Amino acid sequence: MLRLASLGLLVIAWYLGSFIAGEQMLPAPTTVLNAILTEARSGELFFQLGVTLARVLVAFTLAMTIGSAIGLLMGRVTLVNQLGDSWLVVLLNLPALVIIVLAYLWGGLTELAAILAVAINKLPTAIVTVREGARALDPALDEMATVFAMPRLRALRHIVIPQLAPYLAAAGRSGLSLVWKIVLIVELLGRPNGVGFEIGIAFQLFDVTRILAYALAFVVVILAIETMVVQPIERRASRWRLRTA
Amino acid sequence: MNDARRAGGSELLDVRIVRKAYAAATGQPLEVLRDIAFRLARGELGVLVGPSGCGKTTMLRIIAGIDLDYDGKVVAPARGRLAMVFQEPRLLPWRTVEDNVRLVAPTLSESALVTLFDVLELTQHRLHYPGELSLGLARRVAVARAFAVEPELLLLDEPFVSLDDALASKLRDELSLLVENRTVTTLLVTHDLDEAVRLADRLFLLSPRPAQVLAEVSIGVPRDRRTATELSVAKAEVLRHLRGPLDPAIKA
Repeated sequence: MLRLASLGLLVIAWYLGSFIAGEQMLPAPTTVLNAILTEARSGELFFQLGVTLARVLVAFTLAMTIGSAIGLLMGRVTLVNQLGDSWLVVLLNLPALVIIVLAYLWGGLTELAAILAVAINKLPTAIVTVREGARALDPALDEMATVFAMPRLRALRHIVIPQLAPYLAAAGRSGLSLVWKIVLIVELLGRPNGVGFEIGIAFQLFDVTRILAYALAFVVVILAIETMVVQPIERRASRWRLRTA
Repeated sequence: MNDARRAGGSELLDVRIVRKAYAAATGQPLEVLRDIAFRLARGELGVLVGPSGCGKTTMLRIIAGIDLDYDGKVVAPARGRLAMVFQEPRLLPWRTVEDNVRLVAPTLSESALVTLFDVLELTQHRLHYPGELSLGLARRVAVARAFAVEPELLLLDEPFVSLDDALASKLRDELSLLVENRTVTTLLVTHDLDEAVRLADRLFLLSPRPAQVLAEVSIGVPRDRRTATELSVAKAEVLRHLRGPLDPAIKA
């Protein structure tokens, strides 16, 4: 209820802003909604959303898989942490734009370069989050697994990953929002399609309505993923926690 | 560093620890164990009795193969053929009681599991998560997990500590029953002399840190036939060996 009221307040503020700034600077919510519907009817919206979403998913999966593996290793093996820590600091502090430009310069304006640029941008935050999780693993459970001679993969699946779940969820959540924002920049700078490309065209035409229409549509897609995929997974992973009846 | 873990013949466990020390915060070595030597025959139940902090748990960790940094030699069944009940139950909170047990014993038959849960009165808690259990029940699950792998050597690290007397006594009976029905060699660590006398075939009395074996006492009467009088006699026999060095808490 409070959420709905808050959303309503946002729409009212938007109307007010539009009234003050004028339709060209900030089009009203209805204008943007109409633009979304027009783009949807032509099929253009779904195509561009699909292309961007595919890039988000591939880059996100790549960054999370590699980042989690490296983070786990760095959290568990002191030598790996010592070797990798400086690299991590460099990656963490390298501006996203520099990585994207370098990826395009070295790899050309290709899909691979675009995906890698996004994944490399996400990689260090995934590593840092999972490394903290790996450092917080309970050594008592490791000892239990050792005493009962559990095979490594079995222990990883049933003992390590469930302990890392909150950290993986945090890395996933922040990662998804970071990745889709970077994908738009990558598309703006060097891809011939996608939401970022469309926003770039709209920018050149000073078409604020189109910019907001595409941005809003993609936010809805990300919200849908959050509600229909991320939250159910989180609920399932934490069903063992005691709740008050 | 050390790890020699193969046993043969009638001796299932042969422990010879020359020295075990930790590096203290001051940088000085903190000696925990010194010149420990004892053996357990197949099916025997040995009890290590000693004051709190004397190094009993360290000794179990060495025997279990968790701690390999010591001088000496331990001959014990290889990993996979031994089990341990830790002081804390060490259950996975995200797995049910049954899944915790099956995790270490995936090939355990349904009938064996049912029997085990029946003896330990866990049947009705089979689908509960550890967070829904009392400490006593969680300890039982840890005991069930240990027996589920059908170990040759069972290590028990004060499994009844911090339970009330009635519950501890009940769990002792259940444990006795499980041990009687299997040829499992058991090493129990405790600082409770009554518990030790009640369960042991043989007692090893340890000195305060650095722990050494002060005396070894065999109790001839089988566990299931020990009367109150015989328990008192056995306890007196044990106390006779404890002249000065032990913690007054244990003598009491």
